[in-house]
Amino acid sequence: MSAAANALPRLLHGADPRGGAPLAAHLAHHGISSLFAVEPAWLVAEVERAGLHGRGGAAFPTATKLAVVGHRRRRAVVVGNGSEGEPASAKDAVLMAQAPHLVLDGLQLAAAAANAGEAILCVKDSLGEAQAALGRALRERDATGRDALPVRVVVVPDGYVTGEESALTHLLNGGRAVPTTTPPRPFERGVDGRPTLIQNVETLAHVALIARHGADWYRGLGTAAEPGTALVTLCGAVAKPGVREIALGTPLAALVQHGGGDLSRARGVLIGGYFGSWLDPRAAASATLDVASLRPLGASLGCGVVAVLPDDACPVAETARLVRWLAGESAGQCGPCVFGLAAIAEQLERLADPRAARRGKRDGGDPLARVRRWCGEIAGRGACRHPDGAVRLVASALRTFEADFEDHLRHGPCRGCALPPVLPLPDEPGALEAAA
Amino acid sequence: MSREEQHLRVDPIACEAHGLCAELLPERVRLDDWGYPIVDDRPLPPELVAHARRAAAACPTLALLLERRAIPSVGGRAAAEAQERASRNVRATQA
Repeated sequence: MSAAANALPRLLHGADPRGGAPLAAHLAHHGISSLFAVEPAWLVAEVERAGLHGRGGAAFPTATKLAVVGHRRRRAVVVGNGSEGEPASAKDAVLMAQAPHLVLDGLQLAAAAANAGEAILCVKDSLGEAQAALGRALRERDATGRDALPVRVVVVPDGYVTGEESALTHLLNGGRAVPTTTPPRPFERGVDGRPTLIQNVETLAHVALIARHGADWYRGLGTAAEPGTALVTLCGAVAKPGVREIALGTPLAALVQHGGGDLSRARGVLIGGYFGSWLDPRAAASATLDVASLRPLGASLGCGVVAVLPDDACPVAETARLVRWLAGESAGQCGPCVFGLAAIAEQLERLADPRAARRGKRDGGDPLARVRRWCGEIAGRGACRHPDGAVRLVASALRTFEADFEDHLRHGPCRGCALPPVLPLPDEPGALEAAA
Repeated sequence: MSREEQHLRVDPIACEAHGLCAELLPERVRLDDWGYPIVDDRPLPPELVAHARRAAAACPTLALLLERRAIPSVGGRAAAEAQERASRNVRATQA
């Protein structure tokens, strides 16, 4: 439809790093769309035809969620999820800070499509820029009467499991941000007991563009099976880290090269964030960023993090650090997660940290054999997917860097273990920034 | 009418690793290194159902659950809905 059908960027077109694109600029870039003229049934059908999947990490079909919530008896609540708990990810922060009106358009449209009576936008506490940009954008919209529903912005605490749907629902109902044993799922009984649609903010922004340009336009980029674009966060051994918008199906090597890195010289690449999977650079040399290519490698794009481990870094030490952090992010409710992740972290530290290695010698036992066994035992035994994600990361590390783990088991920590950490974690300013 | 099978499930939030389930139903429950149960969630054979029910009733935190699930043979939405209806805690429906 549009002349710019095959042009990148889409979501970040006109994005303004100086406080977010104002309403006039937003409309000039994306076209003037009267949000109220969009027929809800048409929008759901168009989102389905576009093949849009959720961009929070779980990749659930968006149209299915819209339809399910919209067809329940009670009036729904729509929640935009900007809690971005993944430490290496900055895509939602960048989108909200630079293109707030696109997110807010999407929130209103999703609310209309799901027949919602309330709209909430959750933004992570530490994202001050995003909060400021959204606040300004909402004041502009109020002044022009653009929105059918008032939007309540809720600042949510930083935390890895905060953004999990049931945890977010608890929080909005006045409880702690901890996941619950399902069911009922939020789409059945969520905020205030009403059916609740929770969508990642990037997903909402895509909805705002599909409402304007239609499914055919959306499918003009990406692959036939996985159409459209996605925001990714590139970090690690690249000269220009940060958020990029890519067409799904883009070669991984091209993305890394675009960021000023060289995949062929990397030690490894972590895809999908800290619930994601390590890949060997040789195995990933011809990979493209879509499910069809990544799934056979045991990976998925998840929340879009691509972290390149430099040549001299130690994958064993990096993985141990990540697992120790993930163990600390457990909501603390389920034994297999609380004890299992901490135990895996301790055994991995025995391989990578001299002090833990001395401690381990006294304990005895084979740390690698234990970790392998625990990985098989822990998955699926928490109320949420936190332990599963952590175990997936560990399993992918054991698979990808098997020789390194065996080497550490025999000879102890390597020289790379003593180097400063590479992958970013909160409150660790030493790590390379996932620059926003 | 669709047939139903019984499965064991643990509510991981309620479970406090008392370990009675593994004592009472070793055929289907073993404990991990921290004392939390790893249950075999394949359908229970009829001869184990009474034992499983006793183990569920003995759990101090009522974290061991017996669930009815429709045998997935009907197919499609009807089966999924039947499964959702059936997946309530048996104890809750019997209480």
